[in-house]
Amino acid sequence: MTVLTSRPDVLSDERRTAMLEQLALVSAEVEKARGGGGEKYTARHLARGKLLARQRIELLLDRDAPFLELMPVAAYGSPFPVGASLVCGIGRVEGVDCMIMANDPTVRGGASNPWSARKTGRAMDIVRENRLPLIFLVESGGADLPTQAEIFIPGGAMFRNLTQLSAAGIPTIALVFGNSTAGGAYVPGMSDYVVMVRERAKVFLGGPPLVKMATGEESDDESLGGAEMHARVSGLADQLAEDEGDCLRLGRDIVRRLNRSGAQDRPSLPPRFDEEGLLAIASTDLRVPFDPRDVLARVVDDSDFDEFKPLYGSSLVTGWARIHGWPVGILANARGVLFSEESEKAAQFIQLANSSDTPLLFLQNTTGYMVGKEYEQDGIIKDGAKMINAVANSTVPHLTVVIGASYGAGNYGMCGRAFNPRFLFSWPHAKSAVMGPAQLAGVLSIVGRQSAESRGLPYDEEQDAMMRQLVETQIEAESLALANSGRVYDDGIIDPRDTRTVLGYCLGVVNGTEFRGVRGGFGVFRM
Amino acid sequence: MNARPVTRLLVANRGEIARRVFRTCRTLGIATVAVFSDADAFAPYVAEADEAVHLPGNAPAETYLRGDLLIAAALSVGADAIHPGYGFLSENAGFAQAVLDAGLIWVGPPPAAIDTMGSKLRSKELMVAAGVPCLPSWTSPADASGFPLLVKASAGGGGRGMRIVRGPEELAAAFEGAQREALSAFGDGTVFLEPYVERPRHVEVQVIADTHGHTVALFERDCSIQRRHQKVVEEAPSPAVSPELREALSSAAVAAAQAVDYEGVGTVEFVLDPSGAFFFLEMNTRLQVEHPVTELVTGLDLVALQIAVASGDPLPPAALSPSLTGHAIEARIYAEDADYLPQTGTLSLVSWPEGVRVDSGFETGSVVGVHYDAMLAKVVAHGSTRAQATARLADALSRTRLHGVVTNRALLVSVLRSPEWRDNDVDTGFLDRFTPAEPGPELHQIHCLAAALAAAAGRRGVFPSGWRNVSSQPQWVSYGGTRVDYQHTRNGLEASVDGTPLDVHLWSATSTQVDLTVGGVRRRIEVSVGEPTYIDSALGHSTLVEDPRFPIPGSALAEGSLTAPMPGTVLRVTAVVGDEVKAGDALVVLEAMKMEHAVKAVADGTVSDVLVEPGAQVDAGAVLVVVSSG
Repeated sequence: MTVLTSRPDVLSDERRTAMLEQLALVSAEVEKARGGGGEKYTARHLARGKLLARQRIELLLDRDAPFLELMPVAAYGSPFPVGASLVCGIGRVEGVDCMIMANDPTVRGGASNPWSARKTGRAMDIVRENRLPLIFLVESGGADLPTQAEIFIPGGAMFRNLTQLSAAGIPTIALVFGNSTAGGAYVPGMSDYVVMVRERAKVFLGGPPLVKMATGEESDDESLGGAEMHARVSGLADQLAEDEGDCLRLGRDIVRRLNRSGAQDRPSLPPRFDEEGLLAIASTDLRVPFDPRDVLARVVDDSDFDEFKPLYGSSLVTGWARIHGWPVGILANARGVLFSEESEKAAQFIQLANSSDTPLLFLQNTTGYMVGKEYEQDGIIKDGAKMINAVANSTVPHLTVVIGASYGAGNYGMCGRAFNPRFLFSWPHAKSAVMGPAQLAGVLSIVGRQSAESRGLPYDEEQDAMMRQLVETQIEAESLALANSGRVYDDGIIDPRDTRTVLGYCLGVVNGTEFRGVRGGFGVFRM
Repeated sequence: MNARPVTRLLVANRGEIARRVFRTCRTLGIATVAVFSDADAFAPYVAEADEAVHLPGNAPAETYLRGDLLIAAALSVGADAIHPGYGFLSENAGFAQAVLDAGLIWVGPPPAAIDTMGSKLRSKELMVAAGVPCLPSWTSPADASGFPLLVKASAGGGGRGMRIVRGPEELAAAFEGAQREALSAFGDGTVFLEPYVERPRHVEVQVIADTHGHTVALFERDCSIQRRHQKVVEEAPSPAVSPELREALSSAAVAAAQAVDYEGVGTVEFVLDPSGAFFFLEMNTRLQVEHPVTELVTGLDLVALQIAVASGDPLPPAALSPSLTGHAIEARIYAEDADYLPQTGTLSLVSWPEGVRVDSGFETGSVVGVHYDAMLAKVVAHGSTRAQATARLADALSRTRLHGVVTNRALLVSVLRSPEWRDNDVDTGFLDRFTPAEPGPELHQIHCLAAALAAAAGRRGVFPSGWRNVSSQPQWVSYGGTRVDYQHTRNGLEASVDGTPLDVHLWSATSTQVDLTVGGVRRRIEVSVGEPTYIDSALGHSTLVEDPRFPIPGSALAEGSLTAPMPGTVLRVTAVVGDEVKAGDALVVLEAMKMEHAVKAVADGTVSDVLVEPGAQVDAGAVLVVVSSG
């Protein structure tokens, strides 16, 4: 064992203040999501004697148990309310880690918009990969009609997913609190277990007006899709709940009878350094490097980290540790740039983790693979490809946290979203883009200047400056953690101080599935 | 009389008194034998005895009242003596004689003395003759004159069957009720009437007589704090007794004992009126429940003296010229509710404080059953002054942890801390007038919070309790409708009770102890999480029932349901379906612990359902009758 040391002078009050400011920006967006459809609709919902989506979740969860909310700021930066009218996360129900998804009926009646569909899709991926029971707390008016063109056709994937999960032996439970009509009716329709709340749940393909239009039949909500009707007549509901609390109780009873072993928590020693320090290590100015060992000293069990190849390819730190008792191989960028040595070291390390069936953790803070004549001639593409090949074909679970920059192909090699880590989180100041905003603006400027020169045209320096400014602002905005999280490119922005808990919880989840590292099954390594 | 040492002693009793006698036996090197009913098979006193004999069954009539079985048990284990304790057969002259006839030593007074004193009516005549002050008495309501009157059972004691009659209209019912209860309790329905002394104090004198002609008074005890004519707090000496009065009381007591040729320990009970006049009530021909206060102020071991006298030894000098040192107070902890209804259950925790004498038949895990007396313990404190003894006792009672049954502990503490007790302004009717101090709201608030935090700590896994990555609403739990919201944040605990935020700092919380500052005061709060949850702290004690998180729909009792307040047997059912009843009408009468308890309508209405019939055994909480309103 090797206990990390971390000098107190790596911590800075300035960096802490800056990080807290970033955190406050994120929190403000989270608060918007928590506010749902705003005071008016929240009050109206409560006045009907209904619980809010988050209240339903809290009541569904075991008392005092953890809950990891996922994608809370989905739809940030879009025309739709932050949160995408859906609350989603992993929490303990009867001791079993479950994916919980709840429509937020205060947001446009809980209607699904394109961002809700993305969030749902990502949640379904997590459910499938981690074999988590899915509990859907349903109250949605269906698709957001003005954007139906964007949601109708791709949105069908949810129903396909639901039944495929069921086919894969992953339990799906629909607790229906209100509307679940038209396409939405297939949520209970495709779920393994269905509970409906008396006089509240309304599940039908077509409501009275549509039925009237289609067949001329006079009908009412209750006879078309009331909970009582579905429990007694159609058989769509397995249980009839008296009220919302009763529905959640029945939902918990269902989980208890799923015959699944509960979450397996492991004992562990806490890190030897206070997690508070995690606010004060990384600079929000991403050009300022920091040593990821100072982060690991505050994240891994007992600050115990056995480094692999410490003297080789030193701008990537690799090594073994445990987090909340779960073994993990860690790759963390130390000085941004990935060279050939780092790439080969990473490829070897990933193969070793696969050989020992050890999950991998990527701590991203990279500006990408090194460019320049010397490096190109030395085969940086070949070596970077080895790393990407290893990451892409690795079959142990991957977790990724963007703790700084994630630029260029470094994002790929360090298991960015496209490389399907089981979970991906960002620190609030993180940025992800093809390259840094200034570099990208500079590249455009050079290209423009060359183009003008080749055509023998004068180059407008004033316009160039304006263009660079505009591009820089745009790229900066698009690179921000909030922007990426809004696009559901991560599973959420986390408080750096929560890093250990989040990772520990996720490692528990991934270790609840069976996995085996790939043996030999990598793509061709170009030597 | 030849000295005949006791070597192996059987206690024909149970519970704390059996333990009490065994304790002295240990100091004297006497082997101990217990007897036990089915229900007492695992009682502590049985485990402490060297040997034990089973008395199959549970009812006293099958077990501890079966003199023949008790004597057979003593003979079977080779015991040479029987100590009767108190209650059961302790004042049964026939049993005493049978013990002697079996060739065993009877650790008690001569059967003739028991027999004479066993009849209050007969003993009174004898006392009058001996010059002991007595009140007049009448055996027929027709002869009685002047109100108020007191109806008493001639046999037995403990206030059973006793009733105060304020006017002629109550007389007949009280007389019959007393007869019924006396018959049930003592097998003898004889009752009599005597003038009721207003604001009386109960003062009794401990006497001891040996077989060598010595009869000594060991000072008095004051037992004026009574509920339903049963003593709950006793002290020695009496603060109402001057040295001159003590002298007079002692002389009267010695005269009374000598009038029946008494041997052994006994107690002569007097009623003391506010003017200082006293009248003979009765003589208890046994060791009293409250004997420890006398032991603490005299330094004598009364059980050892009983055994010495029974062996034929003369009283030692310490007993012949006793001295009175300081003040001693005993409080009896009963398993009973605020209406003095006996409670049953399993004592999930019994923890006594240091510095006081505790005589108890119960330990952690003991069951308080329906068959026997619900007295859990006698806690006795000694001090150089009454005030000091009072403070010690109240403090000790406060620090006692007793989980599993409802007790009268809070009442006892409240009495001891009342100005009336401090100023000695009490009489036997005191408890009827007394309203126990209500705990302040912070007790409930803080204890509810502590209960919630301990429960949360008990559920905590490897992650922070109630951990959320996104700000969220607090965790909440409610206890009897009191809602506790709590949230562990990076800035510490945030908590509110019924919507009122508390100024709190949590130092630590485990499933059994919460170290919490509220409003600037830090306290360690002990919590036993369960159903119910028990909380003990310097603030006091609480028993909290967690409200179900998800009430099962339809599980509530039908409106107007009247339930059994305790386990018992249905004695009479007066309610008939369709009857119009008024609030306060007795609809069902239960018998429990040999006491009758009427279950009354709480509101006017019509009886819509009767679920029990006479003879039925019911559990606490069982629905007996449903009254629909309107």
